[in-house]
Amino acid sequence: MPGLEDLYREIILDHYRSPRNRGELESPPAVRVEGFNPLCGDEIVVTLDVDDGILQDIKIGGTGCSISQSSASLMSAAVKGRPLAEVYEVISTFKRMMSIHEASLPGEGSDPGATGDEGVDEPEAIDVAALGELAALQGVVKFPVRIKCATLSWNTLTQGLDEAASPASST
Amino acid sequence: MAQLTPAGEAGAASQPIDAAALAKDFPLLSREIHGRPITFLDSAASSQRPTAVLDAMRNYDETTHANVHRGVYTIAEEATRRFEGARAAVGRFIGAPVPSREVVFTKNATEALNLVVHSWGRANLGPGDAVVLTEMEHHANIVPWQMLAAERGIELRWLDVDDEGQLVLDNLDQILDGAKALSVTCMSNVLGTLNPIPQLAEAAHAAGAILIADACQSVPHLPTDVTALGADFVAFSGHKMCGPTGIGVLWGRESLLETLPPFLGGGEMILDVRRDGFTPNDIPWRFEAGTPPITEAIGLGAAVTYLEGVGMEAIRAHDIALTRYALAAFAQRFGSALTVFGPSDPEARGGVLSFAFGDVHPHDISQILDEYGVCVRAGHHCAKPLMRRLGVPATARASFALYNDEDDVDTLVDALEAAGRFFA
Repeated sequence: MPGLEDLYREIILDHYRSPRNRGELESPPAVRVEGFNPLCGDEIVVTLDVDDGILQDIKIGGTGCSISQSSASLMSAAVKGRPLAEVYEVISTFKRMMSIHEASLPGEGSDPGATGDEGVDEPEAIDVAALGELAALQGVVKFPVRIKCATLSWNTLTQGLDEAASPASST
Repeated sequence: MAQLTPAGEAGAASQPIDAAALAKDFPLLSREIHGRPITFLDSAASSQRPTAVLDAMRNYDETTHANVHRGVYTIAEEATRRFEGARAAVGRFIGAPVPSREVVFTKNATEALNLVVHSWGRANLGPGDAVVLTEMEHHANIVPWQMLAAERGIELRWLDVDDEGQLVLDNLDQILDGAKALSVTCMSNVLGTLNPIPQLAEAAHAAGAILIADACQSVPHLPTDVTALGADFVAFSGHKMCGPTGIGVLWGRESLLETLPPFLGGGEMILDVRRDGFTPNDIPWRFEAGTPPITEAIGLGAAVTYLEGVGMEAIRAHDIALTRYALAAFAQRFGSALTVFGPSDPEARGGVLSFAFGDVHPHDISQILDEYGVCVRAGHHCAKPLMRRLGVPATARASFALYNDEDDVDTLVDALEAAGRFFA
């Protein structure tokens, strides 16, 4: 049975208590995107500044639970200042960490006998180590309802990058 | 059938119910969560079902099932009788003057409210007409009106909520002036606020408007008499009153229902169908297109019989006592660190306690509480306009039913203390 310590790792609680890159960039010129979790009412605001193929700056606003807030904070630290190709790579890896685990979860409830222990068939496609601190979030997938909390900021970032890339974008 | 403690049976409203004994009627409540006994405090979202309800549904399925209002063979006739018997029981439970014609079975309360909007609304509302809602409504009593408003050019007006969680009624007559309907919850699913429906109905009628009452939270917890409420339509769900999911009710005043066009089209709701059109059925079947949820209706009939056995006066007294105990326990243990939204007087509210606890997010509270087997809801409770009014993205909510007792509150308080320590 997954325990709370799987969910609330120390790194997560640290980022929740002291969120990195908190605030909003002036928009425009920055791209501003809002994300909502209709399940719990969490709202996240991602502002980002893309220039010269590099995610120059990113700030996170809004309110949410420890998982959504720490995930956003960890995300901002992981992608800030990096070339877009690498940013997309991180997003892709993170989402695969969430979804592959999700797919391998037992379908019915949380039967204590059906522990999908992560050591058993760890997906080889994911280089969790490459995620650095983000790997702390992998315990979230044992709590399926919380996956949406963890992915909210990432989906919002993806949307922001799309907007930044589109010709219609204000930037 | 398990023992039905006839606490409120004799009409002695002051006789307290034995919640721990009643809990034994509910098989799910014997379950353990993470090795601890379950403490179920989310009945405002959906309540548990007693053996009496489960048995009635199973018995129907095993002995009687056939489509209703169709066949002439024995079980078809029995099924029809049991289905209509459930309608009569539900009507009796809410004091409907004419149960056989005024109780419409729907899928849930949301569908019941949509039925009003689509059937009454389309027949009676046009551009410039106004409908009054309140800031504390569930989305089910907002969104259908917004959809019709967008289509028909209807004006939506709003009654505000004050800091005590009560409706602001100072300018009620002004807001109702020229309005065609006031659609309001009897009891807030977030604040527990009990709204003065008879007063609101009187004001609405004086202004020439009808009153639609969302009674989802009140029908399971307070004695209900639709005539005393003065409402024209009353909507509620089976699954919040110890009944199954998949069944809801719209009660409508007979004279009003008779004037309404059908909602969904299909079988059951017609008297005749020709190439050039159809003749709708009489009420209530006019609003029940297609094969209805028969098993669920019979389950709901058993649920109201069960609730009557316990006694609605006794259930109300129990809710008040438990709410008073919980408010005191919160104050004593957490002081100002825990804020309960809504009226502070237990007599002025139902047993629904939405709260903020320090700066711990409701989602995290609920997660920690689950570790202790405590089930509370975390989220916006389908009431985002109210969340905005309260200035919070979400709340945690504990809600009581007849099977909860002071031990459940104690377990909740202990678990909350652990959550506070965890996020300190």
